Amino acid sequence: MKAPMMRTEHQHFSFLSRLLHWLMAILILAMLFIGIGMVASITDYHWLVSIHKPLGILILVLAVIRLVNRLIHPAPPLPSGMPGWQRFAAHASHIVLYALMFALPLLGWGMLSAAHDPIVLYGALHLPPILPPDVGLYAILRKAHTLLAFLLFATVLAHLAAALMHALIFRDGVFPSMASSKRREDSPSAGKLR
Amino acid sequence: MPSDPKHSAQYRLSSLATKTALPRLVLIGVIVLGTAAAFAGVGGWFSPHRLTPTRIINTFEQVDGPHPGFRRNHAKGVCIIGSFAGNGQGEHLSKAEVFRQGAVPVMGRLSLAGGIPDIPDGPKGVRSMALSFRLPDGQEWRTGMVVIPVFPFKNPKAFYEQLAASAPDPATGKPDPEKMKDFAAHNPETLAALKIITSKPFSTGFENASYNGLNAFRFVNAEGVSTPVRWSMVASEPFIAETPDQAASTDKNYLFDALITRLGQGPLTWHLIVTVGQPGDSTKDATLPWPADRQQVDVGTLTIDHAESEAPGNCRDINYDPLVLPAGIEGSDDPLLSARSAAYAQSFKRRAGEDKQPSAVQVVDPAKVP
Repeated sequence: MKAPMMRTEHQHFSFLSRLLHWLMAILILAMLFIGIGMVASITDYHWLVSIHKPLGILILVLAVIRLVNRLIHPAPPLPSGMPGWQRFAAHASHIVLYALMFALPLLGWGMLSAAHDPIVLYGALHLPPILPPDVGLYAILRKAHTLLAFLLFATVLAHLAAALMHALIFRDGVFPSMASSKRREDSPSAGKLR
Repeated sequence: MPSDPKHSAQYRLSSLATKTALPRLVLIGVIVLGTAAAFAGVGGWFSPHRLTPTRIINTFEQVDGPHPGFRRNHAKGVCIIGSFAGNGQGEHLSKAEVFRQGAVPVMGRLSLAGGIPDIPDGPKGVRSMALSFRLPDGQEWRTGMVVIPVFPFKNPKAFYEQLAASAPDPATGKPDPEKMKDFAAHNPETLAALKIITSKPFSTGFENASYNGLNAFRFVNAEGVSTPVRWSMVASEPFIAETPDQAASTDKNYLFDALITRLGQGPLTWHLIVTVGQPGDSTKDATLPWPADRQQVDVGTLTIDHAESEAPGNCRDINYDPLVLPAGIEGSDDPLLSARSAAYAQSFKRRAGEDKQPSAVQVVDPAKVP
């Protein structure tokens, strides 16, 4: 397991990077759907909220692990032929994704603190408040939570679209670097779509 | 990063307009837009008739008018502050710390049902008590109770339909009696519940009223045994039925003012009485009373020391969500519980961001009166 990871370090995301990426992809998408669903629900509201809170904290913990992992194992370089604006879009969207992985759980935790609501994870297990009770502050954080959740969903969609473009149109090895455990090939088909 | 022009062609826009690329582009579009559409669908954007917290609170605003900064229901109220002393009798039913011997601080609120913050006190106004028990380890128990013995609506849909039917008709300024009749015809359980509710008058005041949790909950003890329960705060002051002279009072706050005066003379107490359900007792329909012979356990005493006008940081800023529960108390299968939680959250979200007006009920500190 260890030897191939070492060999492909500069071409390929590490096993831990890929594990974190796909696990968090599922959790974040689930979280976004639970979030939009619960605020529009009556009878499903409570059980959805009681998943939303611990899941948010789990995502925050994973985001910390992921950021540390990213600093230790940097992402493989983008293909050298990618135009500048695409490289910029790729880097900028990743910064936004990382920032929101931290910001949304922290906003959720902060807004519950400002609302003086207990931050219950499961049963008696709960977190301390991180802000003093202040309803005006709650109102601002609550709005920001919704707004940034929409921004996260939009960025996730852009990320998905770009990943599929790399996989199906550009076929440049960017998609396999995250999707498969095999070393990225200098695919003979790359650039020869026509 | 050295640029490699021979690989760049695949990234050009012209490479998208090929026979191979076009169907793939369409596939990508379908996946991305499909995900967006699913998201919007879950959020109810394609189902305008879905009953959502937004619709419920909008309807409250239609019925009672806009009153920014106030609760959309139970708008008129006063804070009550004191403590709850468990006596240990509830420990075999629930592991919640609040039932052990010892006192926990309580921040509560007494209020009148309805969304009008300066509605005059009256004999028909439904009085309510909301409490927040602050447990030593940071857990919290919130409950909202009312003086009526059963709830008139069996589910959120019935509650909403009655609320919508009570909206004033633009032509007359009053609810359309046909709509109200129609609602009653389709909801016989509401008529049955109203018969129980109107069979007994309210008391002379907040201080000698007993408040009922109405919805069923589940108590879970240390062994994991789950028991269906309902609870009430039963007044220590003797019940006296409200008299017509009270309603004739020119004081629009006669109920609240009497409470404040009474608290000036000393603390008030209530006993938390837990009714233990038996198999077959409905936990999901708050219109149905449980049989009168069910076991009742006195699990502790609520002592209210003083009242306080609504102000920043006190009961004004608490959302008395009935599903804020400590370990040892759980919601039942009553669909009204989640609906209350959802609607209260929507009301709280709106009023939190609005400018605040002083409450119609003001507690005058006797020390400051010359």
